[in-house]
Amino acid sequence: MALDSKVPKGPIQDKWTDYKNKINLVNPANKRHIDVIVVGTGLAGGSAAATLAELGYNVKAFAYQDSPRRAHSIAAQGGINAAKNYQGDGDSTYRLFYDTVKGGDYRSREANVYRLAEVSANIIDQCVAQGVPFARDYGGLLDNRSFGGVLVSRTFYAKGQTGQQLLLGAYSAMNRQIARGKIEMFNRHEMLDVVKVDGKARGIIARNLITGEIERHSAHAVVVATGGYGNVYFLSTNAMGSNVTAAWKIHKKGAYFANPCYTQIHPTCIPRSGDYQSKLTLMSESLRNDGRIWVPKNIEDVKAIREGRKKPTDLSEDERDYYLERRYPAFGNLVPRDVASRAAKERCDAGYGVNATGEAVYLDFAAAIERYGKEQAKIHNISNPSDAKIYELGQKIVEAKYGNLFQMYEKIVDQDPYKTPMMIYPAVHYTMGGVWVDYNLMTTVPGLYCIGEANFSDHGANRLGASALMQGLADGYFVLPYTIGDYLADDIRTGKIPTDSKEFDEAEKEVKDRIDFFVNNNGTKSVDYFHKKLGKVMWDKCGMSRNEKGLKEAMVEIKAIREEFWKDVSVPGGANEMNPELEKAGRVADFLELGELFAKDALTREESCGGHFREESAEEDGPQKGEAKRNDKDFAFVSAWEYKGEPADAVLHKEELEFKDIELKQRSYK
Amino acid sequence: MNLTLKIWRQKDSNAKGQMVDYKVTDISEHMSFLEMMDVLNEQLIAEGEEPIAFDHDCREGICGMCSMYINGEAHGPDRGITTCQLHMRMFNDGDTITIEPFRAAAFPVIKDLVVDRTAFERIQQAGGYISVNTSGNTQDANALPISKHAADEAMDAATCIGCGACVATCKNSSAMLFVGAKVSQYALLPQGQVEAADRVQNMVAQMDLEGFGNCTNTGACEIECPKGISLDNIARMNRELMKAAIK
Amino acid sequence: MSGFFKSSIGRKVAMALSAFFLMFFLIIHLAVNITSLFSEDLFNELSHFMGTNPLVQFALQPVLIFGVVFHFVMGFVLELKNKKANGTSYAKNNGAANSTWMSRNMIYSGLVILAFIVLHFIDFWIPELNTKYVLGDMSGMHDGDYRYFHEMVEKFHNPLRVGAYVVSFVLLGLHLAHGFTSAFQSMGATAGRKKTLQQIGKAYSIIIPLAFIIIAIFHHFNH
Repeated sequence: MALDSKVPKGPIQDKWTDYKNKINLVNPANKRHIDVIVVGTGLAGGSAAATLAELGYNVKAFAYQDSPRRAHSIAAQGGINAAKNYQGDGDSTYRLFYDTVKGGDYRSREANVYRLAEVSANIIDQCVAQGVPFARDYGGLLDNRSFGGVLVSRTFYAKGQTGQQLLLGAYSAMNRQIARGKIEMFNRHEMLDVVKVDGKARGIIARNLITGEIERHSAHAVVVATGGYGNVYFLSTNAMGSNVTAAWKIHKKGAYFANPCYTQIHPTCIPRSGDYQSKLTLMSESLRNDGRIWVPKNIEDVKAIREGRKKPTDLSEDERDYYLERRYPAFGNLVPRDVASRAAKERCDAGYGVNATGEAVYLDFAAAIERYGKEQAKIHNISNPSDAKIYELGQKIVEAKYGNLFQMYEKIVDQDPYKTPMMIYPAVHYTMGGVWVDYNLMTTVPGLYCIGEANFSDHGANRLGASALMQGLADGYFVLPYTIGDYLADDIRTGKIPTDSKEFDEAEKEVKDRIDFFVNNNGTKSVDYFHKKLGKVMWDKCGMSRNEKGLKEAMVEIKAIREEFWKDVSVPGGANEMNPELEKAGRVADFLELGELFAKDALTREESCGGHFREESAEEDGPQKGEAKRNDKDFAFVSAWEYKGEPADAVLHKEELEFKDIELKQRSYK
Repeated sequence: MNLTLKIWRQKDSNAKGQMVDYKVTDISEHMSFLEMMDVLNEQLIAEGEEPIAFDHDCREGICGMCSMYINGEAHGPDRGITTCQLHMRMFNDGDTITIEPFRAAAFPVIKDLVVDRTAFERIQQAGGYISVNTSGNTQDANALPISKHAADEAMDAATCIGCGACVATCKNSSAMLFVGAKVSQYALLPQGQVEAADRVQNMVAQMDLEGFGNCTNTGACEIECPKGISLDNIARMNRELMKAAIK
Repeated sequence: MSGFFKSSIGRKVAMALSAFFLMFFLIIHLAVNITSLFSEDLFNELSHFMGTNPLVQFALQPVLIFGVVFHFVMGFVLELKNKKANGTSYAKNNGAANSTWMSRNMIYSGLVILAFIVLHFIDFWIPELNTKYVLGDMSGMHDGDYRYFHEMVEKFHNPLRVGAYVVSFVLLGLHLAHGFTSAFQSMGATAGRKKTLQQIGKAYSIIIPLAFIIIAIFHHFNH
C-alpha cells in the first residue's frame, strides 16, 4: 500500500484553515449515535476524550492506572511552548514552526508542524480558562522562560510541574464529561488488541486489571494515545508501566510503525547507582543554564575520585575538562540534548566517568553561585564581601531557581549539590518515532487514529524541550476532534457495532491464548530478567551512538532473547485476578519485537540525524570533525514499517519529506 | 543491610488478609524503597511464590500511585516525599519494617498493598473542574490578569498528586485536605468563581457520601503530605462552604 | 442551610460554634469566681445576680445547657462516624510522628471534662436548683449572710475533690490547647491570622484552667 499523507494543497499558512472549512462534519444529533474509543488518558488521550465527548460523541476511555491523572504526562517538568509572543521578542507561528523543524533535524512533516505551531497559542488560552495556574509576573500576566535550542522566550510553565498542571487541566475537562455521562471511564484496564471489521477499526479487547476479565468494547473509531516506548531500554525516565503494547498491537493489525530508531536521550538525569536500579530520574534541562559540565582532565584524578581518595572540589580549575565548553565554544553547556548526551558518553567511554559505575559526569554550580553572589553583593551595596558571604548570597539565588530539583537530587543521591557538584548521565527520555499517521492523524488502518507521543509526526528525529506537552494537547484538543469527523461522517447510519461478531471472537481468543500461555508456562526466569537483558542490548548497541556491526548483532541478540523468553519466562499467579507480573509479561513480549524492528530501522538509516547517530556518518574533517552528518539526498524520508510476521521481515515504505518553506541546513553549534 | 519485613497480604477484596514476615538480605542503602520491594518480589518469584502487589508507576514522586504505610506513617518516615522517593538509608541493618496498605473504609483493599482510591475520582467528577468548552475559542490568556500571589497560592494547592496519604494518615480517614486543595485552586482563580458555590457544595456532598470521616484538625495530613499541601486549604474550603450556604 | 449542617463541614462548624460559646462562658465563669480570691462580698453579689436574674436563669442558662449537651453529643456522634470511616486499623501506627497527643485524644479529654461537669453539677448546680426552685428560697441568704461564698469554701475542704478539680482542669487545658485553634480553623480562619490565633490559643488554654486551679487550691488552704 502506498503511503498517502493527505496533506492539503495550498500555501502552508492556509492549509489547516482551508482544510477545516471543507472537512465533512457530523450533525450534532447524529454524534450521539457514534461511539469512539480512546486508549490512554494522558495529555493527548485525555484532551481528545474530553473534546470528543463535548462535541457529542459517546466516548469510552481506557487507562491502565487507577486514574487518568496518573498518566506519565504528569512528570513533564519544564514547560509548554506556544507562539504567543507575549515577551515581544519576535516570536511567531512561523518561528516556532521553523525551530521545531530545525530542532527535529529536518525529518518531520512540514504541514503537521506548521499546524502544531498554529494551534499552540490556543492551548494556552484554553488551559488558562480551565484554571491551570501558570506562573505569572507581578503585573498578573503570564510569565515565560527560555528553553534549549531556541532564541526566544516562549515557554509557559507552572513551577517545575507543568505537565502535572496541564494533565490535571485535561483531566478536569474529562471529569466534566464523565459527570455528564458522555465519557465512560475504564480505569485499571489495558488494551490488548484492536478489532478490525471489514478492514476498519471497530473496537478493542481489553483486560480488566482488577478481575482479569477479558472485555470486548466496540466503537466506530479507535484512538490510540498510549505514549512512547522508551521502556524498551528497561531503564528510562518513563514510568514503570509505560509500554508499547497498544501501539504494537495496532502495528500487527496493519498500522505502519514509523522511525522507531528516533529516540531522545536526555543529558541531565541522575546516574544509575547499581544493578537493582528500576528507573532513572530526570533533572530538568534548565539546570544547564547555570551548571557547568566537566570531568577530570587526568585519569589519575578519576581513579582517586572513584576510590574516594579525592573529592571533586579538590580539583583546581586547570585539572578539570569542561568538555562542552572546549568542543562547542559558541553554545557551550547549552548545546542541544543529543549533542550534550553524546559528548558525555564520549568522555565516559574514554574512562573519565566519575562514579563507581563509570557512567557519570559533573554538573557544577560553584561558578554560578559565585557569580550570583557577587551580583547580589553589588545590588545590596556590600563592599568587600567575604567568600562565605558571596557563597551565601549566591546559594539563595540558586535555591530560588532550582531548589526543588536540588532537594530531589539530595533525596536520591544523598549528597548536597550546593556543596559538591551534581553527578549526571544521559538517559532515555522520549521517543520521536511511533505509529505512522497521515495529516488527519489516522494510521494506515481506516478508523484507527494515533495521537501524542505514540505517533511519529511532529518532532522528526529530535524533539525540542517543552514541545511534547504542546503536541499532546494540540492533537487532543484541536486537531483530532476535527479530523475524526471527516471519517465518522460516513458512519452516521452504521448503528451500534455488535461485539458478538467473529472478528471479536478471534481477537479475544488470541488475547486469551496468550494469557493462558503465560500463566501456564513453567519457566524459570522472571519477566524483569528478560527485560533487563533486552535493555542492555538496546543501550549498548542502539543507544546514543550506533554502528552497522552493533545493530546487526543487536537484531540477532534480541531475537535470541525473545526466543528464550517464550520458552523460559515464569509468570506466577493466575489469569483471573490482579496480576502485575502477567501485565509486565505481555508488555515485555511486545518490547522484544519492537526492539528488533528498532535495530533494523537504525541499520537502514545510514545517516546521522537528531537522536539517531550513526558512527559511519560523521563529518570527516574541517571544524565539524566528528559531528553528526545528515544525508538529505538519500534519507529525507520517513521510514514506515509494515508488519509481516517476524520483525526482521518488516517491509519498508518511504514517505518522502518535502521542504518547501524551510531551507535544509546542517546543524552547527560550534 | 538485612531486614525483616512485615507485609500485609490479601488475595483480593473479599479475602481476609494478614501480616506475613519476609526476610531480605544485601539491601543497598542507595536503593529506593520500591527497589527493595522489587528485590523481594524477584526473590518470591524465584521461590515460586506470588509476588507482592503494590501500586507504583512514575517512581519520581509525581504520579501519586504509590501508597504504602511504612512503620506507621504514610510514605514512611521521611518528609516531603512519596514511597518511591524513600531511600533505604533511612533504615538500619537489622530493622523490622511494617508495610501496610493505606487504610480507610473509603479505600478498600484490592490486593495486598493495592487499594481502590476511585472515591477521589468521583469527588472530582462532582465539581472539580471549570465548565468551559475545550474549543480553544476562549478569550486571550492574558485578557484577565491574575495577581501573582493568587496564582502562586492556586499552584501550591494544585500540586496535590491525589495519592491519598492525607486520608491514610488521618485518624478519622478524612479527605478534607484533598478536597480542600481542589476547591482552593479554583476558588483562588477568577475563572473558578462563577460556579464556586455549586462546586464546593457538590464536592463536599460527594466526599461525605463516599464515607470519608470528619476533620478534627489534627494536622497530621499536612505533615505527611508529600507535596506539603497546607491546612489553610481546608480552612478556605470551610469558608467557601459557609459562603455558599449563606447565599 | 439545613443541608449545610448535615454536611461534614457543617458539623465541624457546629462544633466550633458551640465551642466558642463554651469558651466564652468559661471566661464569664472565671471572672465571677476570681472575685472570690479578694472580695467575698463581690463574689456573693455576682453569684446572687447570676442565680436569680431571670434573663440569666431562663434565657442564658438553657442555652448554656444546650451548648454543653450539643457539644458533647456532637463530639460523640463525630467520633463514632470517624471510627466507621476508618475501617481496618493499622497494625502499626505512629501518630506521634505527625500530630499532638491533644489533637488525637480530644474524645478522652472530653470524657474527663464530662465527668467533671457531672461532679460539678452534683456539687453546685443541683443543690442550687433544689434550694431555689424546689424549696422556693430565692433569697440567697443563710443565717443572715449570703450563702454562696461559704458553700464554695466548704466544698474545697475535701482534698480529694480539689485533686479531682485539678486533674479535670489540666485535661481541660489540654482539650483547649487543641480545641481553641481547631475551632477557628473549622470556622475558616485565614492563613494570615493563624499565628496570632495560635498564640492566643496557647495563652487561653493555659491561663483559664490555671486560674480555676488556683482558686480551688487557694480556698482549700486558706479556709
